[in-house]
Amino acid sequence: MAAFPETAFSTFSSARGDLPQTGEPRTAGFGIYLHWPFCLSKCPYCDFNSHVRSQPVEEERFLAAFRKELAHRAALTPGRTVSSVFFGGGTPSLMRAQTVAALIETIARYWPLAADVEITLEANPTSVEAERFKDYRAAGVNRVSLGVQALNDEALRALGRQHSAQEALRAVGLAAETFDRYSFDLIYGRPGQTLAEWRGELEEALRHVRDHLSLYQLTIEPDTPFAKLASSGQFSLPEADFGRALWDLTQDIMGVAGLPAYEVSNHARPGGESRHNLVYWRYGEYAGVGPGAHGRLLTPEGRMAQAAIRQPDLWLAAVEARGEGLTENVVLTREEQGDEFLLMGLRLAEGVAPEHFRAIAGRDLSQKRIDALLGDGMLECTPEGRIRVSAEGFPVLDAVIADLAA
Amino acid sequence: MSTPIDSIRNFSIVAHIDHGKSTLADRLIQQTGTLAEREMVEQVLDSMDIERERGITIKAQTVRLEYRASDGKLYVLNLMDTPGHVDFAYEVSRSLAACEGSLLVVDASQGVEAQTLANVYHALDAGHEIVPVLNKIDLPAAEPDRIKQQIEDVIGLDASNAVLISAKTGLGIEEVLEAIVTRLPPPKGDREAPLKALLVDSWYDAYLGVVVLVRIIDGTLKKHQKIQMLGAGAHYEVDRIGVFRPKMQDVAELGPGEVGFITAQIKQVADTRVGDTITDEKRPCTEALPGFKPAQPVVFCGLFPVDAADFDDLRAAMGKLRLNDASFSYEMESSAALGFGFRCGFLGLLHLEIIQERLEREFNLDLIATAPSVVYRIVLRSGETIELHNPADMPDPTLIEAIEEPWIRATILTPDDYLGAVLKLCQERRGLQVDLSYVGKRAMATYDLPLNEVVFDFYDRLKSISKGYASFDYNITDYRAGDLVKMQILVNAEPVDALSMLVHRDRADMRGRAMVEKLKELIPPHMFQIPIQAAIGGKIIARETVRALRKDVTAKCYGGDATRKRKLLEKQKAGKKKMRQFGKVEIPQEAFIAALKMDS
Repeated sequence: MAAFPETAFSTFSSARGDLPQTGEPRTAGFGIYLHWPFCLSKCPYCDFNSHVRSQPVEEERFLAAFRKELAHRAALTPGRTVSSVFFGGGTPSLMRAQTVAALIETIARYWPLAADVEITLEANPTSVEAERFKDYRAAGVNRVSLGVQALNDEALRALGRQHSAQEALRAVGLAAETFDRYSFDLIYGRPGQTLAEWRGELEEALRHVRDHLSLYQLTIEPDTPFAKLASSGQFSLPEADFGRALWDLTQDIMGVAGLPAYEVSNHARPGGESRHNLVYWRYGEYAGVGPGAHGRLLTPEGRMAQAAIRQPDLWLAAVEARGEGLTENVVLTREEQGDEFLLMGLRLAEGVAPEHFRAIAGRDLSQKRIDALLGDGMLECTPEGRIRVSAEGFPVLDAVIADLAA
Repeated sequence: MSTPIDSIRNFSIVAHIDHGKSTLADRLIQQTGTLAEREMVEQVLDSMDIERERGITIKAQTVRLEYRASDGKLYVLNLMDTPGHVDFAYEVSRSLAACEGSLLVVDASQGVEAQTLANVYHALDAGHEIVPVLNKIDLPAAEPDRIKQQIEDVIGLDASNAVLISAKTGLGIEEVLEAIVTRLPPPKGDREAPLKALLVDSWYDAYLGVVVLVRIIDGTLKKHQKIQMLGAGAHYEVDRIGVFRPKMQDVAELGPGEVGFITAQIKQVADTRVGDTITDEKRPCTEALPGFKPAQPVVFCGLFPVDAADFDDLRAAMGKLRLNDASFSYEMESSAALGFGFRCGFLGLLHLEIIQERLEREFNLDLIATAPSVVYRIVLRSGETIELHNPADMPDPTLIEAIEEPWIRATILTPDDYLGAVLKLCQERRGLQVDLSYVGKRAMATYDLPLNEVVFDFYDRLKSISKGYASFDYNITDYRAGDLVKMQILVNAEPVDALSMLVHRDRADMRGRAMVEKLKELIPPHMFQIPIQAAIGGKIIARETVRALRKDVTAKCYGGDATRKRKLLEKQKAGKKKMRQFGKVEIPQEAFIAALKMDS
């Protein structure tokens, strides 16, 4: 399809370390997300699509279904070059390495892979899973992202994690030995956590970081065990002022460490950014495969929003019956695309190009609102004419976006 | 052939709300067989939903009853049902003018209330013969002897032969009918004289057009008769003539003393004047009836659609309501805060509430009402006097010589236990005590009060401090100069026109503080802090601050699922559409609605 030249490849084929420039959606990369929806246990803060099974998962059947869905998405995206693959979950490190290898082979059969394709797998930092790192590397994975979450055993128990801090750091060490690139996640703003404790934990973490670290301030998501505790008053998040102090401290420490936030909760040395996540934030194209996965694909009808059935068995049955498990497959309006573009793009420190918004939404951003936000110091204009959220604006990003999008 | 004049009795029922007027009317209709059992609904004469729900009568209704009395003769009894509330006093007086007598219905345990007093005086002024009726005597708390004494003490009416009834159980209804026949006088009138009829009321009916309620004084009125309205100077031909039973029933003619309706190709209610004299075109009467003073709106407020797109619907709805309620007035108004809407005039607070409710209910509109205000008279230094309906229109203070505000004389009846609190409330509201006396165990306080203080939640406060026992009635007396100032509310230093009000200087601090405290809770935090101030001229009298947002960011945006975040954003965007912008501050509609609510 001539309308989709292989610019995705050229965008990401620049030397590693060069952060590619944002452009039209189709030049922002093409990523494939695979969702493995199973966990050994459910963490009380998590509202992702994850399921705990008492019986062993029929991995072969799921593999076959993933392959069918990949074929379905491939038919919708001729001519693309894959710039990133991401195995997320759930706990994809519960997959056998041979399943991961088979999926990567399948992807490579349907699309050309960029020379520097980034293939990330999320993993729990338990010793069992860490033992598989070499096999995952052999399967084609070249980056892992570990759900460390805390470096404090009491906090890890409270978060429902199955590992100790020591075990997690050993897994990080193993990842560092095995992969050129790895990242791990921490959750802060936990009940009772002081500024000093967080500083200590973060500084400890930094000794184990290579080029990427994700730092999420704890939020209570609806319908989670934490939400129940919170509604019965047994649990509460820090007040806004303290949350802000934690945020400010985090930005200071990470800035000094040379890993500023390139996205709200993601920190990297220049060039160490997660390319797969950049596809989302730059509003590129991505195919979502597996139960509950979301995708955004450019089709001749327009930009499609796709979402798959969340319940694994129902998804499996649908894929086996008709070759795909989508429950939503709609063309987004231009206003909807504009909203998503702002929601995603303004999370990035690089911000967005107003003309890019106009190309997507078919309208201009309100100059009045831009001026007001510039006046309040919430937004900044770059010399290239991009708009980005200021350091002052990031902690209240949701309000800034709501203002700008209106 | 019309009814012989000696067999006619025209009467109305005077009662306080809840004392059983509508139930008594229902029983009279039933007992005389006017409606079959299966046709009866409760409060048959209250045809509007809102009347039934609130148990009040807003619009006067009339019904013709036929009753064979114990003397063996058949009588025609015309009941003119009247509203009990002070806001609708004008409806009361026109109905009373069409009758010769009244039933004074008093709850046998509660006794005389403030509204009873006001309405019974109207009836006495109209020259009525009055039959006291004690209702609810079946209740254990009934004390008929004490209440009879109270009626004699307070009203000065002989209550010794009061009729004791229970409208609920039907006890004593026959006695009421007998009392109407034997104790109320028949009307007077000359059948042979030129037609002279009183235009009692008129309303718009979707099928019939304008329907006119008439009371014949002299002469007769027939179908196809050519008539003229003396005051309006208009000429019509009678299309249809009839009586209410309570459904419309055509008759051949109406004679002296009779009450009925006509239709006559009248286009709109505004073409008819209540109180006008209807006479024959060819053989007119020589002298017109005295007529009524037109009802004057005394309370004003702005009504705005919540959704600006509903403005045209609101205009249409107001036009339709006005067809039936000439006492309600409106003109277009625009507010920086609330967009386009209407400045509306009402007979009182209940009238305001009812119109607002009817607009919302019958026309499915969402409305914001601004704080009610009264009509101020502004005396300018130039000597000119202007009427101010909207605080936002107040002239520059340097041009003003004096501001005058309407005062009322209020009668409040309250159980002794609450008297202290009631007096304190009246004092707080700048009241001047005129009289304080006792009616049995209850105190009757008469106060002169500025109406401005009454429209601001006075009635709600009175009810709450007296646990609902105090009753209240008022009439407007005069205009008096007052030390009134315009209080502005500034949000982030921008004045918000819809929240400005005229207040007495002594009360400004309290009102200003209450308003800014309320707004502080209602305005959501922004990315910057927002001062909220109440100011008189350049002087700030109260201040609060809405703190800036400190943290509002979604930490984890699960990569691919942009949909959930987008849906949230769409909601926020829709919410913002309903907000009003003041400088940099966006104030949600709900904040205005809540800030302007009277029960603050």
